[in-house]
Amino acid sequence: MGNGEAKSVIELSGVEKYFGAQKVLDGVNLSVREGTTTVIVGASGQGKSVVLKHMLGLVKPDSGKVTVFGQDLATIRRRQLKKVRMGFGVLFQNVALFDSMTVYDNVALPLRERTDATKEEIRANVEEKLAMMDLDGTTEKYPAQLSGGMKKRVGLARALVLNPKIVFFDEPTTGLDVNKSNEIYRLFYRTQAELKYTAVIVSHDVPKIFKLSDYVALLAEGKIQGCMTPDAFQLSDNPHIRAFVETTMGPIYSSEREERGLYEEI
Amino acid sequence: MRKALEQLGDECLYFLEQAGRMGLFLVSCLISLLIPPYKPQAILKQIHFIGARSLFVILFTGAFTGMVLGLQGYYTLRQFGSEGLLGSAVALSLIRELGPVLTALMVIGRAGSAICAEIGIMRNSEQIDALECMAIDPYKYLMAPKFVAAIFSLPLLTFVFDVIGIFGGFLVGVSLLGVNEGTYFQGMYASVVWQDIEMGLVKSLVFGLLIIWISAAKGYYLQFERSGGFGAEGVSRTTTSAVVLASVTVLVWDYLISAILL
Repeated sequence: MGNGEAKSVIELSGVEKYFGAQKVLDGVNLSVREGTTTVIVGASGQGKSVVLKHMLGLVKPDSGKVTVFGQDLATIRRRQLKKVRMGFGVLFQNVALFDSMTVYDNVALPLRERTDATKEEIRANVEEKLAMMDLDGTTEKYPAQLSGGMKKRVGLARALVLNPKIVFFDEPTTGLDVNKSNEIYRLFYRTQAELKYTAVIVSHDVPKIFKLSDYVALLAEGKIQGCMTPDAFQLSDNPHIRAFVETTMGPIYSSEREERGLYEEI
Repeated sequence: MRKALEQLGDECLYFLEQAGRMGLFLVSCLISLLIPPYKPQAILKQIHFIGARSLFVILFTGAFTGMVLGLQGYYTLRQFGSEGLLGSAVALSLIRELGPVLTALMVIGRAGSAICAEIGIMRNSEQIDALECMAIDPYKYLMAPKFVAAIFSLPLLTFVFDVIGIFGGFLVGVSLLGVNEGTYFQGMYASVVWQDIEMGLVKSLVFGLLIIWISAAKGYYLQFERSGGFGAEGVSRTTTSAVVLASVTVLVWDYLISAILL
C-alpha cells in the first residue's frame, strides 16, 4: 500500500512539549501520508501518546507546528477544529466508552450529535458497524458488562461510524491475549481495506505490528528517530532504532546486517 | 522567610490560574447555552435528576425547618407577648433566607457532588477527550442541559421548601402550641411583600448557577487539582472540595445578594 507520492495529511514539525520542567517532546518531525498506515513505536514513557494527542488537537505544542489537512491545529478556530475532527476516528488506549450508555448508544452518539440522520438511518448504520465487528446481540449491554476485547471492538465501531478519513489507534492490543489481538488486527485490516482510511497506530506490539504498517517511526529521547518502511526500519543504522530492534526482536536481525556488510566487502 | 514568601506566591498563582480557568469555563458554558440546537430531552433528564429527585429531601428538610422555626419563634416571641407575629416571622425567614439557602445546600449535597464525580470520572477515563475528538462540544453536550435544569429546578424547589416550611410552622405553632390560626396567616399576609419573594427567587437562580458552575468545573478540570486529581481518590478529593467550595460560595453570595437587595 505504501505510496511515496501520496500527499501528507498530518505534518508535525519541530514539536516541543514540556510537562512541568520535564521536556517530553524535543522537536518531533513526522509526516503521515494519505491512505497509509503509520505506526509509532517506542519504549514506554517516551511520549507516544503525547504525540497522538498533538495530532488530535487535545494538547497544544509549546513550540513547533501540527498541521492536519493543511490546517495548523494551534491557531485554528474552534469551529474549524470541529470540522477537522469530523474526519477523525479514535480508539483510545482504555477505549473511553461512555460507561453510562449502552453499546448501541455509544456507537450512535456521533451520528446523533454530528449528523442529521434519521432514526432509521442511524439504526442501519450502527447495526452495520456492529455486525462488521461481530458484535451483534450486544446492543443493549453496558460497557462494564463486556470483556476487554469486546470493548475494543465497540470502540472501533464507534471510531468508524462516521466513515473517518484518519483513524488513530492508541495501543489497540494492550491487555489482550494473542488471539484477541489478532482479531483486532484482522478487523483493522478488513475495515481499512473497505473504508480506505489513513491509520496512525501507537503500539508496543513489535514485530507483529510491522506486518500491518507501511511506515514505522521510532520515538526516542523526545524525537522521531526515523520514519521508514518496516524492512528499512529493521536494517536501519540509527543507533536508537538498532537498539530498539535488537531489544524487541532479538539479535537475529543485527547479525543479518553484519553478514550483509561481510558480503559487500567480499 | 523566603520559603514562606515563595509558597505564598505559589498559592496566589494557583488561585489565579484556577479562577481564570473557572471563569472561562462559565463563559464557554453560557455561550453554549445560546447556540442551537437545544435538546429538550437532555434538559428534561437533568431536571429529573437535579430537581425531581431532590424533591423528597426538600420536603423533609423544609417541613422540619418550618417546625423548628415555629417552636423557637413561639418561645422567643412569647417573651415579648407577640406570638401573633409567628406567622410572619416564619414566612419571612423562610422566603428570604432559609428557603433558598437550605435548598441550595441540599442540592449541593445531592446533585452537586454527583455532577462533580460524574464529570471527574469522565475526565479521568478520557471520555471527555473522546467527545472532543468526535467533534462533540462537551460544554454543549454535558454542561448546558445541567445549567438549564438547575435554573428551572432551584426556584421551584425553593418554593416547595417555603410552602412546606410555612405549613410546618403552622403545625407546631397553631396545632401544638395554640397560636390563633387566623393570626398566623393574617400576619403573614400583611408582612410578606413581593420584594421578599423576589429576593428568594433571585437567590435561588444565582445559587442554581453557582452550584452547577462549581461542581461541573471542578470535575472538568480534575487534572489541574493541586492535591492530585488522578484515580478514584482524586475524584473523591475533588468532589469533597467542590462540595465545600460550593457551600461556602452559596453562603457568601447569600450575604451579598441580601445586602444589595435589602
